[in-house]
Amino acid sequence: MDAIILQILNGLDKGSAYALIALGLTLIFGTLGVVNFAHGALFMIGAFCAVTLSRILTWSHTIIDETKTDFLGNPLKVDVPYVYGLFGQSTGEAIIDWAVPLSILFSIPIMLFIGYAMERGLIKHFYKRPHADQILVTFGLAIVLQEIIKYFYGANPIPTPAPEVFTGSFDFGAMVGFEANQIIYPYWRLVYFGFAAVIIGAVFAFLQFTTFGMVVRAGMADRETVGLLGINIDKRFTIMFGIAAAVAGVAGVMYAPINSPNYHMGMDFLVLSFVVVVVGGMGSLPGAVLAGFLLGVLESFASMSAVIDLLPGINQIIIYLVAIIILLTRPRGLMGRKGVMED
Amino acid sequence: MLGLEKKDIRILLIVAVLTLFAPFILNPFPAGSGMAQFNAGYPDLMQRFVIFGIFAIGFNILFGLTGYLSFGHAAFLGIGSYSAVWMFKLLSMNVLPAIALAVITSGLFALLIGYISLRRSGIYFSILTLAFAQMTYALAYSVLTPITGGETGLQLALDDPRVLDGASAGSNIPVPGIFGLEMRSNAQLEMGDWVFNMSAGYYFSGIIMLLAFYLSIRIFRSPFGMMLRAIKSNQQRLNYTGLNARPYTLAAFVISGMYAGLAGGLMAAMDPLAGAERMFWTASGEVVLMTILGGVGTLIGPVLGAGLIKYMENILSKINSDILHTWFAFLPDGLEDFVVSMVYPFIGKGWHLTLGLMFMAVVIFLPGGLVEAGQRIARIFKRKKTDDTSKKSTSTEPAE
Repeated sequence: MDAIILQILNGLDKGSAYALIALGLTLIFGTLGVVNFAHGALFMIGAFCAVTLSRILTWSHTIIDETKTDFLGNPLKVDVPYVYGLFGQSTGEAIIDWAVPLSILFSIPIMLFIGYAMERGLIKHFYKRPHADQILVTFGLAIVLQEIIKYFYGANPIPTPAPEVFTGSFDFGAMVGFEANQIIYPYWRLVYFGFAAVIIGAVFAFLQFTTFGMVVRAGMADRETVGLLGINIDKRFTIMFGIAAAVAGVAGVMYAPINSPNYHMGMDFLVLSFVVVVVGGMGSLPGAVLAGFLLGVLESFASMSAVIDLLPGINQIIIYLVAIIILLTRPRGLMGRKGVMED
Repeated sequence: MLGLEKKDIRILLIVAVLTLFAPFILNPFPAGSGMAQFNAGYPDLMQRFVIFGIFAIGFNILFGLTGYLSFGHAAFLGIGSYSAVWMFKLLSMNVLPAIALAVITSGLFALLIGYISLRRSGIYFSILTLAFAQMTYALAYSVLTPITGGETGLQLALDDPRVLDGASAGSNIPVPGIFGLEMRSNAQLEMGDWVFNMSAGYYFSGIIMLLAFYLSIRIFRSPFGMMLRAIKSNQQRLNYTGLNARPYTLAAFVISGMYAGLAGGLMAAMDPLAGAERMFWTASGEVVLMTILGGVGTLIGPVLGAGLIKYMENILSKINSDILHTWFAFLPDGLEDFVVSMVYPFIGKGWHLTLGLMFMAVVIFLPGGLVEAGQRIARIFKRKKTDDTSKKSTSTEPAE
């Protein structure tokens, strides 16, 4: 029992990342009908927003501390981040410690802008072209974005720690009444899961309860009619593209402590996220979220040693296997609408 | 001649001449000169040109003719390599049986994967092929280690049986060859300052590429190729006329899988080592890049694209900032540093950036790739000529 709970928990953080990226992909596909191969790159840029902010915050000048001396007897040189000067020592330390959560605020405007620029500058010209062309041009864009990040940040992963409070693990099993030390779970992953739940909830609430969201949903169902009613649906869809980019971005920001950001992390996630979208059903938002968590948990179940003994290698291929079976038996995916991209 | 039309004969002859004289054409700069680093006439790179040319020609038969975008073609390349190396290990170091087995096994895999994937079209087909290729990659990397060598890759060993060759004499691992002619044997021709390499491996793969190219022309011009084009332009209409498109697409998929297997087998024949990274999905992406860049659906485009990308990968990536500084040394110091810092991100280790930008530009502005660019330029010159003549005859052409 506790082994099963542990696997479910392990699957949740990866599942959260899948769900967030797949949600953004589906938003773009559902509104604009564009297959965005550069979405993984947006996730990666989000992670590098966290890296950038923590670099900005630790940006420091050197002062000579007269009260202390180094081992040669000279006055000690100390690097003091500018943040200390602005906010004082203790607040400054706290700000640096909390760099990753703060990056969320930092990344949202950046990602909104990137998403907006991408849609207006590039994707706009591809609505009338076949899906294959959209895949190809966004694939090219993904390569370009990846290489730009690689040029500025290098090819090696950059460790980006979570705030001190959330480092380490806790005994989840003991908390819910199992034996101690059976289910150990890192704090940050729980935070990530909670964060993903909040973001997903926020996106759904936005679409469900605001006028803007209502118009967007109407546009997803029938773009032409909404346009005929005198609503500028293109503009709203552009904004949705920005929001989708922001969702991928914050997903990347919060993932930075789990997996040190490197320039190709986006591509690694992209392939799986596409599989998630297809399993959930092209254009179905709840389907994308459900399939994201489902495949994340399934993947971690498949990596249990009992399962691997039975079916060696299953943990490597389970997601693809599920995707193939779903595509062949139920092409519209788990929760896809009938008739949307079914052939 | 050869069952081809005059126009196709010309293309085939151009490719044949380029292939046969590549060691000279690709070596325009004397050895030891400053420009020698742009010489691409060394055997290793030339072999890669033609092998990836075969790969791209095969991919073009599927994508260019039927419009089905496969994102998992590298799997067949990898399967071809593995089967070729196994043939070296078990049967003989002769490359012919190895390549034959590579083509057959990759054809069988293509039949299986194609049969399942082709039940869907559009983006679903792309994702299905991607999923299959990633599965093959993951399995080759982990569970199938006894067959594939896992992370280290599949290598030859001294104690391999090699039934036909008999017990290997000496303590060296034998090298692949064809009836005694080793693939790595190389004749150097020195003419003044120029050194030309003519390697057996290159000419062997070059001739195979010519055969593959000839076959692809025949496929393009055949009724079968016509049918594939019909699938691309309107599959629904084809269905309404009472034709089932799937056998044709499956045949195209298997043929292009066999081309990929042939390329994989040749890669193993040049260097008897096969690794799983050859099957990773970025490798599949590379052949997509080659085909699009050169010109999808054209005969010669994929070969050009493959050559261009491999040239960039091997030559452009070697240029470092020191070389740039020597190039721009004629500029004033400040300007020199500025120019170098502007150019540097696009070359050397950043050549992928140039590739990505070029690729995007081609997809956006030139859907026909380099071939279309060439045609447009040719048309400009032609128009100038006709303009000259039309001035005299005062005839007007309709506005475009």
